[in-house]
Amino acid sequence: MLGAGAVGRAVAELAGEYGHEVVGIADSSGAAVDDDGVDVASALAAKDEAGTVGDADPADVLEADYDALVEATPTTLDDAQPGFGHVERALARDRHVVLANKGPVAERYDEVRELEADSAGEVRFEATVGGAIPIVGTIEDRGPEQVPAVRGVLNGTANFVLSRMATEGLGYDHVLAEAQDMGVAEADPSFDVQGTDAALKCVILANLLAGGGFSLSDAEVEGIEGLPGSALELAAEDGRTVRLIGEASREGVRVGPRLVPAHGTLAVSGTMNIVQIETRHGGRMNLSGRGAGGPETATAVLADLSRLSQ
Amino acid sequence: MSDDVEADSRAYTVRLELVDRPGELLSALTPIADHGGNLLSIYHERGNITPRGHIPVEVDLECPPDRFSVIVEALKASGVNVIQAGAERYGEEVVAILVGELVESDLSDTLSRIEACATATVVDLSFVAADRNGGDASARLRIAARRGTVREALDAVRSVAEEKGLRVIEPVGADGEAATDAAVEP
Repeated sequence: MLGAGAVGRAVAELAGEYGHEVVGIADSSGAAVDDDGVDVASALAAKDEAGTVGDADPADVLEADYDALVEATPTTLDDAQPGFGHVERALARDRHVVLANKGPVAERYDEVRELEADSAGEVRFEATVGGAIPIVGTIEDRGPEQVPAVRGVLNGTANFVLSRMATEGLGYDHVLAEAQDMGVAEADPSFDVQGTDAALKCVILANLLAGGGFSLSDAEVEGIEGLPGSALELAAEDGRTVRLIGEASREGVRVGPRLVPAHGTLAVSGTMNIVQIETRHGGRMNLSGRGAGGPETATAVLADLSRLSQ
Repeated sequence: MSDDVEADSRAYTVRLELVDRPGELLSALTPIADHGGNLLSIYHERGNITPRGHIPVEVDLECPPDRFSVIVEALKASGVNVIQAGAERYGEEVVAILVGELVESDLSDTLSRIEACATATVVDLSFVAADRNGGDASARLRIAARRGTVREALDAVRSVAEEKGLRVIEPVGADGEAATDAAVEP
């Protein structure tokens, strides 16, 4: 396991319950490696106390004797490093990769798939889109060619801000500050409120639908920053509200504030996420749930691991 | 307006010719409301008198399809000269919100440029001015477009907005079926 943030920690903690063994875990400054199984509780306790999970070199984890690499380091853009390099190394060793890091499949999807084609290992990335909600797996099960488009609310922070603004009649800055106090928004919320996070998820979905070809630079992205309360009032007068909606299809990716029916399916509140998957013969499916959070996202990683072990 | 009425209604344009007499317009419109029609807009082309000395008036309204012929008959019965009815110029509607320096960037020019898109007309506008806390102004536009041209109308909105540095909040899936959630199917 690479990365011991909220998601990495939760994966490590839940791994045993799901029948998996952690043979190595690394954060940015240290690692714990043990072929007989790392003592997860003490590694995480060490991180709390000393700031790192162990004294070993993080690079040792990449070379450990594992079946699947869980890549849960922070998402990076452009060359998606160091995440991409981790994927590359694992596939070169014919190991599976389970991504929680969006970078490699958003920015370098085609290369990841090429490396996978030359490897006995497989790459899975359910956790990169929609937290606990099984979006990637659902599309794969139906067959990406059967899915013309996917749209939805894929950023809980932006959704929290918009739904609070609508229900409380408060201004953007006020609600954002409140969200930061509550820990719903980060100190630097730009990744969420500028639409980048939602766009990365939609780029990943577009890649899944189209078999590749998209990166963040192909997405048309507009955030919710500075949206006036008056826009939400006008929407409400008309029985609508505003949500940050991402849309992915083979034609492209768009993310921006959109009007949705106030009591419609897409108007989820708070930090909830929802996706609508259009299928050719099965109609529209709506999947909603918790789109972020350590244990929530960890369940997606663990689901991928289960698929790999089948 | 209840959802049921909205869902069952569709948009119609009726072209009338009125005698240039006070009260003529009001008496022409009364049968529409009396028979369950909802007035969307009225273009009273005062400057465009017909050879017979009448004033052309174009009325956009919505009503359930089964009410439309009743309305047209009522108009005729009340003595109004109905030139064209049911030739549905605008079959779909779309709502969008513009955000930004709307006044400074000349709102009426913005609207007329959207209307210059030959297939669309702005049938309703609600405006909220910029607030003291520096919040931008917003305007909600209800745009009627010919069937199948919602996308074109929204393109017009987007391009004017982009040029003027305004933000557009358009309905989700505006290029697909969900866009026309308020739209009126035959």
